[in-house]
Amino acid sequence: MSEEKDFYKLEKEIILFEEKIKEIQSSEENNKKEKIARLKKEIEKEWARIKPELTPSHIVQIARHPKRPYTLDYLDYLTEDFMEIHGDRRAGDDPAIVAGLGFYKGRTVAFIGHQKGRTTRERIERNFGQPNPEGYRKALRVMKLAEKFGFPIVTLIDTPGAYPGIRAEEQGQAEAIANNLKEISKLRIPVVNVVIGEGGSGGALAIGVGDAILMLEYSFYSVISPEGCAAILWKDQKAVTQAAENLKIGAKDLLDMGIIDKIISEPPGGAHVDYEQIFKNVDRHLNPTLKKLELRSPEERLEERYQKFRKIGVFSE
Amino acid sequence: MHDLWTRCNNCRRILYKQDILDNQSICPACNFHFRLSAYERLEMLFDEGLYNLLDQNISPEDPLQFKDSIKYSQRLKENQKRTKLQDAVLNAEGTIEGIKVVISAMDFGFMGGSMGSVVGEKITRAVELALKERLPLIIVSCSGGARMQEGVFSLMQLMKTSSAIARLDKAGIPFISILVDPTTGGVTASFAMLGDINIGEPNALIGFAGPRVIEQTIKEKLPKGFQRAEFLLQHGMLDDVVDRNNMRSYLVRALRLFLNRPE
Repeated sequence: MSEEKDFYKLEKEIILFEEKIKEIQSSEENNKKEKIARLKKEIEKEWARIKPELTPSHIVQIARHPKRPYTLDYLDYLTEDFMEIHGDRRAGDDPAIVAGLGFYKGRTVAFIGHQKGRTTRERIERNFGQPNPEGYRKALRVMKLAEKFGFPIVTLIDTPGAYPGIRAEEQGQAEAIANNLKEISKLRIPVVNVVIGEGGSGGALAIGVGDAILMLEYSFYSVISPEGCAAILWKDQKAVTQAAENLKIGAKDLLDMGIIDKIISEPPGGAHVDYEQIFKNVDRHLNPTLKKLELRSPEERLEERYQKFRKIGVFSE
Repeated sequence: MHDLWTRCNNCRRILYKQDILDNQSICPACNFHFRLSAYERLEMLFDEGLYNLLDQNISPEDPLQFKDSIKYSQRLKENQKRTKLQDAVLNAEGTIEGIKVVISAMDFGFMGGSMGSVVGEKITRAVELALKERLPLIIVSCSGGARMQEGVFSLMQLMKTSSAIARLDKAGIPFISILVDPTTGGVTASFAMLGDINIGEPNALIGFAGPRVIEQTIKEKLPKGFQRAEFLLQHGMLDDVVDRNNMRSYLVRALRLFLNRPE
């Protein structure tokens, strides 16, 4: 099973088409639109061939694709006048989480998301999207700010997990996550979560719960990374495929299990192949979700949010 | 011979088992706190060792049909047989020096005290009972974290339990969180860190990430005493480190203070 083909090999043709599209877009050729449409058809055809073969570990690879759009890419498209807010007013500012205010569809919304880097330098700077306690505390600070002014909150989830480091432990990584969960449950404004890439365990959860969880088609949300699970339960790094299958971490699984509220479909080839399309798709689901929640009273939302998680769990009695 | 003697995990001394048992499972030589089962914990904390068990009929299922080297359902059966527990936590009601309390005690012996649906549900029910009856809540955490075999169901128990604690918090009902060796991962990152006071047993390993994961990530040796209860006390994450021998008297004092009940 660990012999299965790497996603990067599967998508080779698609990437070639995609590069050609970009080339045409930035060129002065005639009939650009037509040519691009034709290439997109080719991508669709290729994707129709690949899609049925996709395994859970392929989905993990798509979710972690180095070209996948990150939080700031979404904010750039979705918001106007986004203003980033820095620091937890306690210990520091965590570049692995970005937070701030922006206009979205005619109202101020607080956005909070994990942020990964694109280049090697950026990746290191952003700590590969793995937050430290000050990141979670900054997120909470911005959530409280949103509550104070009555702004809804949108969070974007994309992290391998909370950073396992010495300072993170000293500063109370666990306490920071726990406290966020407790405080999120009390927020009087709407909170919508969008899983855009990796939903890595507690590190994702700390900003990844609220009134509605939307998930991109090829994102995942998991109690542990497939690698971590393979190492612990199979004691074998090569068992990642089995771990990914067993954990049932894909959007469809989570929708079936009643954990998430909606799947946002991705363009053929995945979000990284067509940024514009995925931004539109997110936009199309995000605003109605927010609007629906905005119609409820704070008391209704609080009770429904409590019941949403109160019901999760499978046991016999 | 084999049954009468044992070796201390810490000081390696050969000890007479009964001496340890008479000392609340603490090594008489070096104060090492041996792990307690959930039953032993309840017996130690409640008056005369008497209590009423609650929510006893909640049993785990295998929602993901998870299978690693063996099936999760098989693993559950083996653990149930060995520990005489349905899952990794016991809920109970009783008194401590006459003060009525609800206690949840976790058991590391059951799949590393991991939190799946049953643990999350029982902790939540203990919180809700404390809320309904306005009784102080004590949770003794002892867990490797969320249970992988129940996948995202386990992960969501962090939010479920933390949301319940938030309601208790709002109602002004005291919650004392006791963290014993080891408490890591999803349990630390939810209810265990949310006590009005959080206390640890001596030398208990308490953290978010496990020490091995951290070591592999940073590729450095960890400092001595890292993630031990005393280290957390020093870093402001615990209110105190309390010897097991003093635990009951500590709790009585704390409960009286929080309930504003001078003798």
